[in-house]
Amino acid sequence: MANTAIGGRPARGALPVRRLLAPSSRGAALALFVARRVLWMVPVLFFVILITFTLMHLAPGSPWDKAGGRQLSASIVENLNTRYGLDKPIWQQFLLYLWNVTHFDFGLSYQYQGRTVSALLVSAWPYTATLGVLAFCVIVPAGIGLGVVAALRQNSRIDYIAMGFSTFGASVPNFVVGMLFIIVFGVMLYNITGGNYSLPVSGFGLDDHLIMPVVTLALLPTAFIARLTRASTLDILRQDYVRTAWAKGLSERLVVLKHILKNSLIPIVTALGPTFAFLVTGSVIVETVFVIPGIGRSFVEAVTSRDYPMILATTVLFSVVVAIANLVVDVLYVFIDPRVRLT
Amino acid sequence: MALPIPSAPLVQQQDWDVPEQVGLWTDVWRRFRRNRLAVAGAVIVVILVLDAVLAGLLVQIGLIQDPIKQHVELSATGPSAAHLLGTDELGRDTLSRLMFGARISLTIGILVQGIYVLIGGTIGLVAGYAGGRVDNLLMRFTDIWFAFPDLLFVLVLVSVFSPSLLSIFVAIGIVNWVGLARLVRGQVLSIKEKEFVESARAVGSSHFKIVLRHLVPNALGPIIVTLTFGIPAAIFLEAALSYIGVGIQPPTPSWGVMIQDGYQAIYAAPSQVLFPGIAIAITMLSFSFIGDGLRDALDPRMRR
Amino acid sequence: MATLLRIEDLKTQFFTSRGIVQAVDGVSLHVDEGETIGVVGESGCGKTMTALSVLRLVPDPGRIVGGHIWFRDRDVTTMDPDQIREFRGNDVAMIFQDPMTSLNPVTRVGIQIEEAMTAHERFSPKDALGRVIPLLQRVRIPAAERRKEDYPHQFSGGMRQRAMIAMGLANEPSLLIADEPTTALDVTVQAQIITLLKQLNRELGTAIMLITHNMALVASICSRVVVMYAGRVVEEGPVHQIFKSPQHPYTWSLLRSVPRVDEVRRSRLVSITGLPPDLVRLPPGCKFHPRCAFREDRCSEEEPPLGEVDTNQVARCWVLMRNVPQEAARELEAVTVPHDVAEELKSMPDLEEAADGS
Repeated sequence: MANTAIGGRPARGALPVRRLLAPSSRGAALALFVARRVLWMVPVLFFVILITFTLMHLAPGSPWDKAGGRQLSASIVENLNTRYGLDKPIWQQFLLYLWNVTHFDFGLSYQYQGRTVSALLVSAWPYTATLGVLAFCVIVPAGIGLGVVAALRQNSRIDYIAMGFSTFGASVPNFVVGMLFIIVFGVMLYNITGGNYSLPVSGFGLDDHLIMPVVTLALLPTAFIARLTRASTLDILRQDYVRTAWAKGLSERLVVLKHILKNSLIPIVTALGPTFAFLVTGSVIVETVFVIPGIGRSFVEAVTSRDYPMILATTVLFSVVVAIANLVVDVLYVFIDPRVRLT
Repeated sequence: MALPIPSAPLVQQQDWDVPEQVGLWTDVWRRFRRNRLAVAGAVIVVILVLDAVLAGLLVQIGLIQDPIKQHVELSATGPSAAHLLGTDELGRDTLSRLMFGARISLTIGILVQGIYVLIGGTIGLVAGYAGGRVDNLLMRFTDIWFAFPDLLFVLVLVSVFSPSLLSIFVAIGIVNWVGLARLVRGQVLSIKEKEFVESARAVGSSHFKIVLRHLVPNALGPIIVTLTFGIPAAIFLEAALSYIGVGIQPPTPSWGVMIQDGYQAIYAAPSQVLFPGIAIAITMLSFSFIGDGLRDALDPRMRR
Repeated sequence: MATLLRIEDLKTQFFTSRGIVQAVDGVSLHVDEGETIGVVGESGCGKTMTALSVLRLVPDPGRIVGGHIWFRDRDVTTMDPDQIREFRGNDVAMIFQDPMTSLNPVTRVGIQIEEAMTAHERFSPKDALGRVIPLLQRVRIPAAERRKEDYPHQFSGGMRQRAMIAMGLANEPSLLIADEPTTALDVTVQAQIITLLKQLNRELGTAIMLITHNMALVASICSRVVVMYAGRVVEEGPVHQIFKSPQHPYTWSLLRSVPRVDEVRRSRLVSITGLPPDLVRLPPGCKFHPRCAFREDRCSEEEPPLGEVDTNQVARCWVLMRNVPQEAARELEAVTVPHDVAEELKSMPDLEEAADGS
């Protein structure tokens, strides 16, 4: 790779443009990094929409086939098709859809006549968001806390308890856990208190309605984070620089906070991305179990009634949320780990 | 003092010599055996497999009840002599339904791994080996695929094609192969790095064969661990789908379906929810323990 | 000169599933004020564990099970946690082999040096901050004001080791233990670091315990050397004496590994046959006898004690090199090389055949 001709001058064709674009400071490099990642999200989302859209239209049958056998007359079907734009060629429908999406217009719902998908999403959104945020507030401290304690007291009773809990949380499906909660805190509590008190088993409210759904939703991600934190911390405990810290005569508190945790929590940040994916898929199940009118539940209804616009929009929405979460996590990671190179 | 000739034969060092060498897989098996949880998991899995295989036979020879036959008069009863775990609200025997449910869960859980290997393994192999643009393209494709939250993707797929054992099977397989693809690609890349340095000296015999030949022993361990952990994930997906109602359709007994049915009568007979729930949990736990055990047994760093 | 550190019959063991590993088995040695001593031996001979024992940093599942470690008039083995914390990095400091992994990768170098000082009450936070740059300058790190804001990965290997040394000397310890400080570095950088240690010993009067498997390093800066094998001291004495007439066959063969420019290159390199002993199942008698070319019957039956062989020199051997006839010794003039050095050589292609041994 002889880049230099005789005399040390760059060979012909070696553009100096690269050097102009090379960032001068870490701040500039960071901005470039974020911009690149955001730009990368666009084709990903494009393909998500494309794939989902294609799948929707591959489905046999039409959205007007009601389960139960009652067929609509041909003329009505034709009218409906025209009204929903289903008579146009597929690629046209797709482009039209893309155009609409950029204006946040997701079309009309098939199952709820006359209502736009956007409106449905907007009305369902707060429930899901509340559950998600609350669950996140439980996951981070509980997961990290459990993992750190388990690692620092490895092979002790608390380690086994913490890891046992996390194995349970990771292996028992969330709808089973939800059911268990309902049985214990709904049915049994009801019986024990002679019908006076039990945790509400369905519906939404900013009170004890939230307890069971949030805990159920948070269980799997907490277990996941706890395991990861424990593994990461154990790994760091073995590192030479921890020994150096002890050899300098630092107090236990300083060694744990500045040397162990400061390093072991870095990979955990990366794990927060998939945590959002867990929250998203978890909400589908939790809202079904506890009958909460959030987006997850709407999605299930859309799937069973083949409400394609709704399915499409929800998939896109959820994918966007996960993609943004991953982006934020990646950017955060760059901030906290000085070793990361931005080019 | 008489001195020995310097070329005297070395004293036999057998007693205080190098620790005995054992083959890799013998060592792995030994270490796995020491992990009690993993062994317990393995035992349970064996029982489940036997159950799955023999369930049909057992019904025919009358040892267990027919899982689909309804005894309406016995709706939602507790355990009895004839029905060891009671009946559900349609009078069907719970125990036999559980046993048949195992069939479905195990079949899907285990066989789906084959699809992962097929799709994910191939893509990972090609990407890692080809490198350059092909690798880039394939990895972008994988990233896009990974951007779909898995349950949603499966739901979308299943909604498109009417729910059946096959459609669920294919759907789960198509959605989750990404992890395996990345793993295989990583292994291929690391081997490529090693091999080509040496191969540069030797006359290049088929590089592909070299990579493949080294890939299998090195990567086999992590691949098996990944697939083992993939089984409970797949079982979960099937159960979740069936629970929601877009998976296995009644009257076929799947554990997810049983939980949904049981939910309807949860105040009257909570056990109908508990039994399948526990069954799923135990199955998933068992495979997780085996996965943990395998991973620890294969980890070179844990040698003490 | 006052005795700074006196290790008395130290026993450190590891309780593993395979058995009890006797990493340090009755080691006694001392370091005087301002002295530099070298502790040499192959990997696994217990020299690092001895050093870690001094700071009570023996990792699980290891424990000090016997003996005493006297620092001035205090017994390190009986100190409580607060005393030990005060002792570490203050009276005695230790620097480690691989500076890349021994420095916290996510904290700036200057901060790491500063915290070594603020951990003990000797310097106020303000004073500690002020000492960072002079410390970095003393270890010859250029552009110290800028460098102290860097992270370890931005330093070169040699500079990282210098930073470690600066960290070790921050509290002006009486003794600095350097565990293989140059092994992870380039040969050219090795010389610089060793020279630096020598200068610091002269300028500050800090005693240095240099742990290494490389006799050449010992020759350059140490006044006394302790040779260890299988968890024991097998020879000890002033450097020039040991180099001129090593009495233990192991020491003798270690010295053969020092390459001499004036020598005609011998036909081949031969490693000491056999491997270092498994510390769980040690051979009977002298621990070195299975690999010793000069052994007698007595060597496999009874372990020799450390006997005085010259002024200030002791060796643990029944035979002693001075009793070996010249011809027998010269037979092995074809350089004998310790096992781990031979392993290193094996990775270099053209020496591979030679290092294979016969």
